[in-house]
Amino acid sequence: MIESHLSLLIVVLPLMTAPFVAVLPNGRLPWFASMLVSWAILFMAAMQLINVSNGNIISYELGGWAPPWGIEYRIDSANALVSLIVAAIAAVTLPYALKSVAKEIPTHQHSLFYAAFMLCLTGLLGIAQTGDIFNLFVFLEISSLSSYALISLGRQRQALTASYQYLIMGTIGATFFIIGVGLLYAMTGTLNMMDLAQRLPELYEHRTIHTAFAFIMVGFALKLALFPLHLWLPNAYTYAPSVVTIFLAATATKVAVYVMLRVVFSVFGFSFIENTPADELFLLLCVMGIVMMSFYAIYQQDSKRLLAYSSVAQIGYMMIGIGFGTVLGITATLVHLFNHALMKGALFMAIGAIIYRVGSSRLEHMQGLAKHMPWTFMAIVIGGLSLIGVPGTAGFISKWYLILAAIEKQHWLIVGVILLGSLLAVIYVWKLVEVMYFKPASESAIATAKEAPALLLIPTWILVIANIYFGFDTELTVGTAEQAAKLLLQGIN
Amino acid sequence: MSVFLLYISIGNVKGGATPIIAEGVSLYSNPLPHVLILTAIVVGVATTALGLALVIRIKEAYGTIEEDDIHNQDQSL
Repeated sequence: MIESHLSLLIVVLPLMTAPFVAVLPNGRLPWFASMLVSWAILFMAAMQLINVSNGNIISYELGGWAPPWGIEYRIDSANALVSLIVAAIAAVTLPYALKSVAKEIPTHQHSLFYAAFMLCLTGLLGIAQTGDIFNLFVFLEISSLSSYALISLGRQRQALTASYQYLIMGTIGATFFIIGVGLLYAMTGTLNMMDLAQRLPELYEHRTIHTAFAFIMVGFALKLALFPLHLWLPNAYTYAPSVVTIFLAATATKVAVYVMLRVVFSVFGFSFIENTPADELFLLLCVMGIVMMSFYAIYQQDSKRLLAYSSVAQIGYMMIGIGFGTVLGITATLVHLFNHALMKGALFMAIGAIIYRVGSSRLEHMQGLAKHMPWTFMAIVIGGLSLIGVPGTAGFISKWYLILAAIEKQHWLIVGVILLGSLLAVIYVWKLVEVMYFKPASESAIATAKEAPALLLIPTWILVIANIYFGFDTELTVGTAEQAAKLLLQGIN
Repeated sequence: MSVFLLYISIGNVKGGATPIIAEGVSLYSNPLPHVLILTAIVVGVATTALGLALVIRIKEAYGTIEEDDIHNQDQSL
C-alpha cells in the first residue's frame, strides 16, 4: 500500500516532521528525528528511481482527483534522479550536522533549525516531484523561505544582510515566475505541466506565450544563480552556517536547473526555443559566467566565498546543456547536476570541518593545516581534482559529456571555454591546496587544530568516495541521465 | 499586488455569476484564480513577515537600517 503512495510520501514525510521537530526539547532529539526521517526518504527516493529506471512514468493523483483538474505528481527519470540527489545530500548532511550545528548555532535555536531544515527539504523534494506548475511555485516558496531563515542563523552578522539580500532577490525571482504562470494559465486554462505541453504548440506564435516564457526564464535564472543574476549567492553561501551552505550548495541550485529543464523541454518544447534567440543567449551568459566567475574565484581570500564563485561557474556548465538541446547536451547537464552536488557537498563539508576546529574559513587562518588535519586536507584535494575534471573522478565524466555535446554541435568556442574553465579551476583549487600544505602553520593553529571529529569526517569521506566511485561506475548517473534526456526531448507522451 | 490582480482579472467571465452553485444559473465566473491568489497572498504575507523579522535583527546587530551605514560598518572590518 505504501508503494503506491511513494511519490507523495517523499514530500509529506519531511513536511509532517518539521512541526514535530520544532516542539521537541533542544538537545539531540531534533537532530535524531531529522536524521531518521532523511534516511527514510533516501530509501524511498532510491526505490522510486528503481521503479522508473526502465522508462516507466509514475503518475500519482493527489486526493484521487484526476489531472488536469487535480494536482498530479509525475515522476520520470529526470525527477527521480533529482529527488535522489536531494535526499542523498540531506541524508549525508544530517549526521554531519550534530557537531557542526552544536558549535555554530546557539542551543536554544536547535529545534527550530532542524524544523526549518526539514521544511527546506520538503520544498526541494516537492519541486522535484510535482507535475503541476502552480504546486511548483508553492514548494519553491516553501524551500526559499526556509532557506532565508536558515542562512540568517550564521555566526557573523553579515549573515543577516546576506539572507535579506537573498530574500529580496528570491522573491523577485518567484514573482516573475508566478507572472509567467499566470499568463500561461490565461492563455491555456490549465496548470498541469503535461496538459500545458499539449495546448501550447498551437499558441507558439502568440506574444503572450513569448512573454510568459521570458518571465519564467528570468525568474528561474535568478533562482539558479545564472550569471548575471547570481549576486545573492556568494554572500549567502559564505555567511550561512556550514551545514546550511553544504545543503544549499549541493541542492537548491540543482533543483532550479531541473525546473529549467522541465519548463524548457517538457512544457514548452525545444522547437519553441529554437525560433527565439533564447538558446544562444543562454550559451552566451553561460560562457561569460564560467570565465568571469572562475576569475573571481581566484582572487578570493575566504575559502567559502571562493567555492561559492566556483559554484556559479559550474552552474554555467550545467546550463550549456540546456542551450544545446540535444540528447548529449541534456545528459551532460543532468550528469553534471548530480556530480557537482557530490563535489561541492564534499568540499563544503571539509571547509566546515576546518571551521569546526579553527573557527574561520579565511585562507590566512588555514595555513599549514595539512599536517594537522590530513584527512580533511585529502578530502579537499580529491574534491578539488573532481572540480577540475581529472580522470578518475566524477567531475571528469561531466566535463567529458559536456565536451562531447559541444563537439556534436560543432561549437568550438564552447569546447575552448569548458577547457579554459578547467584550467582556471586548477588555479583556485591550487590556491586552497597551497595554503594548507605549503605555508607554515601559525601558533594558534598548532594549538587548536587536530583532525576533525569522526562524525564530521565520515560524511565528508562518504561524499569523497562517491565522487571517485561515480567517476568509474557511471551506470547510475549517465544511464539515468540519458534516459531522462530522451524522455525530455520527446516531450508529450 | 499587481500579480494578484492579473490573476483575478482573468477569472471573470462576462455575464458570469458568482461561482456558488445556484438554481437556474449556468454561467459562472472561474473560481480557480481566486484560489491561486489566496495561496499567493499567504506566501506573500509569510515572506513579508520573514523580511521584517530580518530587518529587526539587522537593526539589533548593526544599530541602523540604512544600507550605506551597514555597508560602511562591514567594510571597516
